[in-house]
Amino acid sequence: AAGMFLRLLSDVRWQAANPKWRRMTCCRRSASSTAEPHPVSLPAQAQVVICGGGIMGTSVAYHLSKMGWKDIVLLEQGRLAAGTTRFCAGIVSTARQVSVELKMADYSNKLYQQLEQETGVNTGYVKTGSISLAQTQDRLISLKRIASSLNVMGIPCEIITPKQVAQLHPLINIHDLVGAMYVPEDALVSSANVSLALATAASRNGVQIHERTSVSHVAVQKGRVAAVETDRGEIKCQYFVNCAGQWAYELGHSGEEPVNIPLHACEHFYLLTHPLKEPLASNLPTIVDPDGRIYIRNWQGGILSGGFEKNPKPLFTEGRNQLEIHNLQEDWDHFEPLLSALLRRMPDLEALQIMQLVNCPESFTPDMRCIMGESPTVRGYFVLAGMNSAGISYGGGAGKYLAEWMVNGYPSENVWPLDLKRFGTLQSSRTFLRHRVMEVMPLMCDLKVPRWDFQTGRQLRTSPLYDRLDAQGARWMEKHGFERVKYFVPPGKDLLDLDQSKTFYKPDWFDIVGSEVKCCKEAVCVIDMSSFTKFEISSTGDQALESLQYLFSNDLDVPVGHVVHTGMLNEKGGYENDCSIARLSKRSFFMISPTDQQVHCWAWLKNRLPDDSNLTMEDVTWKYTALNLIGPRAVDVLSELSYAPMTPEHFPSLFCKEMSVGYANGIRVMSITHTGEPGFMLYIPIEYALHVYNEVMNMGQKYGIRNAGYYALRSLRIEKFFAFWGQDLDAFTTPMECGREFQVKLEKGMQFVGQEALLEQKQNGVYKRFTMFILEDHDTDMDLWPWWGEPIFRNGRYVGKTTSSAYSYTLERHVCLGFVQHFDEKTGEELVVTTDFINQGEYEIDIAGQRFQAKAKLYPFSSLFAQRRRKDEVELSGYQRE
Amino acid sequence: AIPVRSSRLPLLSDAMPAPAHLFPLIRNCEISRICSTVCYCHHKHLCCLSSHFAHGHFRYAPQKKFATLYRPKENFNHFIHARDYASTPQRFYLTPPQVNSILKANEYSFKVPEFDGKNVSSVLGFDSNQLPANAPIEDRRSAATCLQTRGMLLGVFDGHAGCACAQAVSERLFYYIAVSLLPHETLLEIENAVESGRALLPILQWHKHPNDYFSKEASKLYFNSLRTYWQELIDLNSGETTDVKEALINAFKRLDNDISLEAQVGDPNSFLNYLVLRVAFSGATACVAHVDGVDLHIANTGDSRAMLGVQEEDGSWSAVTLSYDHNAQNKHEVERVKMEHPKSEEKNLVKQDRLLGLLMPFRAFGDVKFKWSIELQKRVIESGPDQLNDNEYTKFIPPNYHTPPYLTAEPEVIHHKLRPQDKFLVLATDGLWETMHRQDVARIVGEYLTGVHHQQPIAVGGYKVTLGQMHGLLAERRARISSVFEDQNAATHLIRHAVGNNEFGTVDHERLSKMLSLPEELARMYRDDITIIVVQFNSHVIGACQNEEL
Repeated sequence: AAGMFLRLLSDVRWQAANPKWRRMTCCRRSASSTAEPHPVSLPAQAQVVICGGGIMGTSVAYHLSKMGWKDIVLLEQGRLAAGTTRFCAGIVSTARQVSVELKMADYSNKLYQQLEQETGVNTGYVKTGSISLAQTQDRLISLKRIASSLNVMGIPCEIITPKQVAQLHPLINIHDLVGAMYVPEDALVSSANVSLALATAASRNGVQIHERTSVSHVAVQKGRVAAVETDRGEIKCQYFVNCAGQWAYELGHSGEEPVNIPLHACEHFYLLTHPLKEPLASNLPTIVDPDGRIYIRNWQGGILSGGFEKNPKPLFTEGRNQLEIHNLQEDWDHFEPLLSALLRRMPDLEALQIMQLVNCPESFTPDMRCIMGESPTVRGYFVLAGMNSAGISYGGGAGKYLAEWMVNGYPSENVWPLDLKRFGTLQSSRTFLRHRVMEVMPLMCDLKVPRWDFQTGRQLRTSPLYDRLDAQGARWMEKHGFERVKYFVPPGKDLLDLDQSKTFYKPDWFDIVGSEVKCCKEAVCVIDMSSFTKFEISSTGDQALESLQYLFSNDLDVPVGHVVHTGMLNEKGGYENDCSIARLSKRSFFMISPTDQQVHCWAWLKNRLPDDSNLTMEDVTWKYTALNLIGPRAVDVLSELSYAPMTPEHFPSLFCKEMSVGYANGIRVMSITHTGEPGFMLYIPIEYALHVYNEVMNMGQKYGIRNAGYYALRSLRIEKFFAFWGQDLDAFTTPMECGREFQVKLEKGMQFVGQEALLEQKQNGVYKRFTMFILEDHDTDMDLWPWWGEPIFRNGRYVGKTTSSAYSYTLERHVCLGFVQHFDEKTGEELVVTTDFINQGEYEIDIAGQRFQAKAKLYPFSSLFAQRRRKDEVELSGYQRE
Repeated sequence: AIPVRSSRLPLLSDAMPAPAHLFPLIRNCEISRICSTVCYCHHKHLCCLSSHFAHGHFRYAPQKKFATLYRPKENFNHFIHARDYASTPQRFYLTPPQVNSILKANEYSFKVPEFDGKNVSSVLGFDSNQLPANAPIEDRRSAATCLQTRGMLLGVFDGHAGCACAQAVSERLFYYIAVSLLPHETLLEIENAVESGRALLPILQWHKHPNDYFSKEASKLYFNSLRTYWQELIDLNSGETTDVKEALINAFKRLDNDISLEAQVGDPNSFLNYLVLRVAFSGATACVAHVDGVDLHIANTGDSRAMLGVQEEDGSWSAVTLSYDHNAQNKHEVERVKMEHPKSEEKNLVKQDRLLGLLMPFRAFGDVKFKWSIELQKRVIESGPDQLNDNEYTKFIPPNYHTPPYLTAEPEVIHHKLRPQDKFLVLATDGLWETMHRQDVARIVGEYLTGVHHQQPIAVGGYKVTLGQMHGLLAERRARISSVFEDQNAATHLIRHAVGNNEFGTVDHERLSKMLSLPEELARMYRDDITIIVVQFNSHVIGACQNEEL
């Protein structure tokens, strides 16, 4: 419907301020060429140029203009809201797995609700509610998990029985259902009209909108956006926002400085029907049947139903000179499984007449999350795209966060899961994207159980030991393209195959990981941790030390050979990165960060290190293989191999030394293990990797050495209360909030980033506190396992969410880590969280609707680990990453 | 309606009820069709094997190239044996998974590797497969990428009187072709490397199924012959760039010549000596494709066939044959043979559609019985090992043998410029073409590769269609194409049709199961070895090349 008048919009400066624009454009068509108004010429410069007039572009423009930025130009190659936005099914759904996505959807819903009143444009907003159906118990568990997080967010939501489903919707066949989730405030909109409404409001706020103007590329000067080249001339600008949807990838690559935006479009089909004999009410709830892979909404008295098939058709977008969207073919044979699912769900629709099968492209990203943020290579180049078919749900919130990011320098929420910088060039191969989106699109409907992994685009980055480890039974997971071992399946032991091992309960590798953990505690294990990001920073004079002292919170002016755990903080004191830095010499430092920091940390430092040719930073990730020797006998293995005493007297904790291991020289040995267990990290130049590994394994035999994987590491670090960046820590968490004040040197004699914020927190206290929970009445064999994101209740009131969890083989209990907040009982206002507040509460963790008692701790059970006090004291609640 | 099933009906009796006068009509190409019709009437009649059938069968059943020549007695024994087998009480059918495992045992697929999502070759990849009827199979196949020149080589080889010659040709021919195509400098470089004992530039990258073996013992001998060939090419250095057509012809002729020479010279090693003789005394046809960009050359010797699958603008499929069969059905071939021999021999040259009344293909590798003089044959056989002397066939001199050679390995080469509508190429031995029309082959492969049966895409348009009607329609369409999804390999899919098609052109599992469960001794009577390579072309690259040339 929206398309009708959109097609009539022509090439003029968009006069949204005119409330009669609809009629005006109609007239224009009838008058055709005679009354053709002259296109308004483009401005020569602007503060911001936004490319793309879909829901994303208009939402960014709307929010930027609301926040006071006025000098904004929005360019659209065709007509406003004529791309994916026009074809979008218009379902606003808040049932999302990731917390930030949930918040975006919630905000969007609230924004759209009042948009018509604000702008006068009819958005077609109807609050219908939505019902997500479960055909299996596992599906119901996953819905319950979502329901738990919706409820604590204040979004009404309930788990209902099949009978209740039938009461809410007259057409549904409920015989194969085990339950459902009802979200009464979910809504329907006309997405194109929402987009036009946002454009209208933006335009009133001074945003200039130009249609039929396509961006050819972005000119870059000194690593900053300088101008935007269009087919109608150049616009000088400070900021560029790429909201080009499915064309974002090509647009990113069109400039001389490529910006990698990993997304790829797939064809997406939905069906429109004529009205039923008794037309469906416009407030009938939307049905999502993930097990049938379909969604069904009411549409003009009939239905609109689409879905995410198992065999998606990726779209080929080479050559981006297509105006708007192709007329994609209807493909009924392809739609057949979805049609079957629809008729199974609503058998009475058999006699309903078909109107059209719509084929519209949707962009998908490698990890099913949208892409937002500033390019790591070009400053001022922002991106908002790749919505994985949830564009209308995210549109409002995503636009708001991006606008905040541009205006304030950071958004008001932790958007790291969506940050463009989580990707690097390695995810931008066309082949990779094509293969991955073929997997991602069906995943939209697949059950997501803990610890699932992508199966496509694998074995891209590997350690030189990959084949050796694989031959010994390694099972792999992937992070930032790097293959990492989960655990080793002992010979002769068979695990369930992939599909069957998907469970919310105790997994089949439980005993395997248990024995690896036991070996770490009692003997010695080797874990290949080569995926770590490694930088070397050095200078001719003191520049390196001075710059790092400013950028990191801990004191790096330590004697040569020492390792320092430190945060890389932002102005608000939040963790941009959490790393270990070894001082190799007076003037050079070796920095180790989490795997997925490779792009983000590089960009952060590049943008802040002084432009000094005497100061160099190099990414040496690929040069070193990292082996973690964990366990009480690590010391024996290493001293036999190096003919050097490795006891704590000779090689104290947090120490780094280049030494020889076996025949190989120049191995950087550090007395840290990232778990709180005794042992060493070995940074080995890759050509020696196999040699050192073989030597270690041979020598280790008499000490009972074995391979271990990240699951064991995870269990070890969580029972020791080690936080991990990207999971527990983010840009909104300060060292004060996670008990790491000892890693901050407020008085190190010079200023550093975040110092002021930390000083203030030190004085006034913190508003959230990282806490460890031991589940008390949880049956490991029978109960659902915690994962992360479970709500925490203190004395029956919601106080926060968990961020990670693991089974502790030592405590024989589940351990959850998470943040506790203190909301005022009446006003809901956030209050300071004190130690007493934490300690004087009864806690419960909500796993898929079921609450388990938990004991809160601010310090790990050091008594249990008494025999290894030596390490704990230094690394206590220190630091860890996976 | 099918009471027969429960009776103790021997396997062969399916074929029995057909009127006796039908049997003389059974020919290679007919047998399967008749078989399928008789299968349909077997419910009505019950009878047992008649001796009439047995006789008819010996004379006319597809007894490959030397049908009437030898082994009638043996066959009779087989027959008796078959009867014993067939009269065992259980009547068993292969289950679909068993059928699949037989059909897929030899399947092979190769996909040209992509680089960053782009395949710059005009070939996307190929599927190949073989289904034996002889034991052991006498067909061979080869595929390789030329590493020192551009292009890809693919070939099928149909052996007769044993598999030795087909095996040798499948191992050696591509090396001869590749060497013929090499520029002078590369030949020099290779020769110098061999001379000084350095590592050799790899010439071919083979794409082989594990069952496609190379003879280890003969490799040294084969290499020496090949080296002599390139040394001569170096000496001949014409300075001109090599013409593909000429290179193909030279390679075929040279290899056949080498096979013949090696047999004449013999080898001190007794195993090798017997091998080269078996190679020379058996025969093989060859159909080879060389694809380089838009240039497709087909070199054919014998009665295997190359066929291009072309997609018309309306989406339908048509077939273009890119080779001529060298057999009695080809008037030009018959003319050629007659031209090459004195008029006095004319009526003896082609008898019963066979060369000298014996050989079905009119061109072939090996088969020195049709190439050497009688004296030479006798000399070689006499001085050869005992095994050779014991073999009645090798000792037998063709009748009316006056002016050898009667047979040549020289191929006919057809050049074709690939167009975007040329979607695939099928190379197959006569085992396929006997059972299927090329038009059906084009359609079946085309529909398989595009994943859609050529049924008009459904468009609702202005019609009134309900969801239920649409659902029914789609379910029906899906059932029709589901057989396509059983196979991951176009060649396998084609074999499934070739062996299992009923008269409606759809695969009949029961029939397929019967054909595949025939005992080794009988299989050959109902079908021939089938070898198929399906090469899929990259229309994007071909289109781009075409545009460049314009």
